[in-house]
Formats: sequence, structure tokens, C-alpha cells
Amino acid sequence: MLQTVALSGSRGQRQLFSDVSVTVRPGTLLAVAGANGSGKTSFLRILCGLLSPDGGTILWQGKDIHQLKELYRAQLMYIGHLNGIKDELTPIENLTLSACLAGDDSSGTTVQKALEAVGLSRPVHVLPTRVLSQGQKRRVALARLWLSTRPLWFLDEPFASLDAAATTYLTQRLQSHLSNGGMVVVSTHQEIALPSDSVQHLGLTQ
Amino acid sequence: MSQPSLSEALCGVVRRDLLLAMRHRSDVAMSIFFVVIVASLFPLGVGPEAAVLRMIGPGVLWVTALLACLLSLGRLFTADYLDGVLEQTALIPQSLAVLVIGKVFAHWVISGLPVVLLSPLLGLQFGLGGDSLGVLTLSLLLGTPTLSMIGGIGAALTLGLRGSGLLVALLVLPLFVPVLIFGAGAVTSSMAGIGSEANLSLLGACFMLSLAFAPWATAVALRIALE
Repeated sequence: MLQTVALSGSRGQRQLFSDVSVTVRPGTLLAVAGANGSGKTSFLRILCGLLSPDGGTILWQGKDIHQLKELYRAQLMYIGHLNGIKDELTPIENLTLSACLAGDDSSGTTVQKALEAVGLSRPVHVLPTRVLSQGQKRRVALARLWLSTRPLWFLDEPFASLDAAATTYLTQRLQSHLSNGGMVVVSTHQEIALPSDSVQHLGLTQ
Repeated sequence: MSQPSLSEALCGVVRRDLLLAMRHRSDVAMSIFFVVIVASLFPLGVGPEAAVLRMIGPGVLWVTALLACLLSLGRLFTADYLDGVLEQTALIPQSLAVLVIGKVFAHWVISGLPVVLLSPLLGLQFGLGGDSLGVLTLSLLLGTPTLSMIGGIGAALTLGLRGSGLLVALLVLPLFVPVLIFGAGAVTSSMAGIGSEANLSLLGACFMLSLAFAPWATAVALRIALE
């Protein structure tokens, strides 16, 4: 279970949010909404430990994440605005290396299956990622979710650049993760087609 | 739950950077080309006087190695920072300092190791003898990884800043100076017949110090840059 207690964050001199207390229980998705610049990305980065909050505490299974350090990082998967993939490498190479660094199964078959699960056909797997469209690059980044066994996912605008088919694949993957007791925090501007009892909403206002 | 072992994470970082270097062969070739050209032009510019060439050789070769390292420092973290790979690396459940060692090692393999391997050949152009060539190679073998590690701190501190190339040079050049002095000094001492052990020991001490502190300092700087 992930919990924030009176969390506040800012960028530079600008206060983005304050006193945010929220609990994400196993099997639930927290959808963070808000206008551009309202601090959704900062909120997610703070929850990951990439940014320091101005105040408040983040608890994972009741313990402060800043004390857990690597133990907490071993539980989470973060896909940010940036895809975190290398344009010079092929989707297969990107995913294999990424899985290897995350300690996930990086065997050829598993990686190929993950790429196929996001709708990337085999010929695309061996092209340099730089020749792919933005949507295809996003799919390569999101394919990491099909390899991940971590319970806590942070996804920053995961539906951006995705077509209807890829949106469906991702929604199905989120659904299966939640039914396995996983937790997801996602920043998004759109409604996610998941059962309402598994979705919580958090609106960030400046 | 998935968690990579330290060796898996370290090997993964090195493998990725070496694979990327293979895709950017021109960048790697540029470093080697720079060293070869500079070291080859010096004897042409200075003239064929063997004694003069022998005297300036160690210094010239060491400065060339230092500049080659400096030129390639821009590539160490910038691309990872811009494409989001750096934040993924920072979230790997292993010490970021250890992962930095992997990145710096890959940087050394790409920019420092070729210089070490080429150094006997380049030394011949300056009329260095057998023993001196051995000391030159050994000094570069100890010194170039030290330069990469110190350079890593500068590259991390200036990550995301405009005009970071110049800033890196200003930050790290003073720290490169002792390595340069001990490295060139080792070869000069060997040529003078007074033994190179003292300089090589100091170079080894620089290497150990940088191995102990530079990755940690670089990791802290990277976390600050990611904020």
C-alpha cells in the first residue's frame, strides 16, 4: 500500500500542490488529473523518489520511502514523459537491456511477446527505434509493463501518442495488473475504461 | 519481485553503452583520430631533432590523452539525460554510484583504452625507448581511467546546462593536472634513469582515490540534475 501524508511540492518558487494525503491500495489505480502545469509530473516523480517533496511523507507498506531506498525502488516501475529508450537501438535491444537492468525476464521470446502485446509486428522489432513513429516509440516504452513483475506502477501520460488499438492494449494490461493486486498511479487527461470501484481520482489545482 | 543483482545491473549498463558506441562508430573513431593526428603532427611541427622530441614526447602524449578524454566527456550523460534513460537508471534498485562506475568504465573503454593501446606506437614517433614505452603505457593505463572518473563528476555537475562543454573543462582541468604531472613525470623519470616507481605509485593513489570518491560524487550530482 502506498500512502502520502500531507505531501506538498513545488518547482522553483512556484507551489504546485500542498497537503495531499492519499492512499493507493492493492488493486486500485489512482488517476491524477489537472491542468497543464498543475504538477502531475512532479507529483509522480516525487512518489518515485526522483524529486524531493517540500513537505510531507510518502509511505510504502507503512515505511518512509526515503529510508527504504533501494528496497522501494525494487517495487516500482516508472514510465515518464520521456520514453527512456535509445533511438540507436532496436526495440528488441531496448527492451532486453531495460528488462536486464530491472531484473526482469529478458529472454528473447519474452521480449518478443511483450512487443507483440503492444501491437508491434516482428519486422518492426529489428528496426532502429529512431525510424519509428512517436506512437510506436511509446509502445516500445510501454512494452516494459508486459515484462514487469513489480507491484507499483507510475505512468505519466501513458496514453499520449497512442492510437485506439494501443489504448485498448494498455487498458487491458492495467486491468490485469490491478486484478493481480498491483497498484497504479497514472497522470492522464482522459477517462480510463476500468471498473469504477478500482479507480480513485485526484485532482491537482494550483 | 524482480531485482537485478549488482553484477547484472553493472554489466547491463556497460553492455548498453558499448552497444551504443558500436552504433556511433564515428564518435569513437573521432577520439582515436584526434589522438593519432595530434601526436603525429607534433614531430612534424617541432622538427626531426631526436633529443627535443624525446624531451617533449611524454608531455605531448599525456596532454593528447587528456584532451581526448575531455572531448568525449560531453557524451557521458547528456544523451541519457535527454532521452529519459538516466531517470530509469536512477530508479534501478542498486546503488547509483556503482552504476556510474559502469558508465565510466564504458567511457574509458571507448575513449581511454584505444589511447593506451596506441601509446607504444605513438611513443615511437617521439623516439621513446623500450622501457619508456612500457612506462608510458602503464602510466596511461592507470591515468586514463582516473581522468574518466574525475571527468564524470564534471559531466554530471554540468548536466542540462547551456555551454556545459566549456564549464566541464573549467571544472575538471585543475583536477586533471596532478594526473598529468605524475603520468608525464613517470615517463620522464624512466628516461632519465631515476625510476618511475614514485610517479606510478602516486598515479595509482590518484586512481584509488578517484575510484573511492568520484562515483559517489557523480551519483549525487546526477540526482541533483534529475531534480
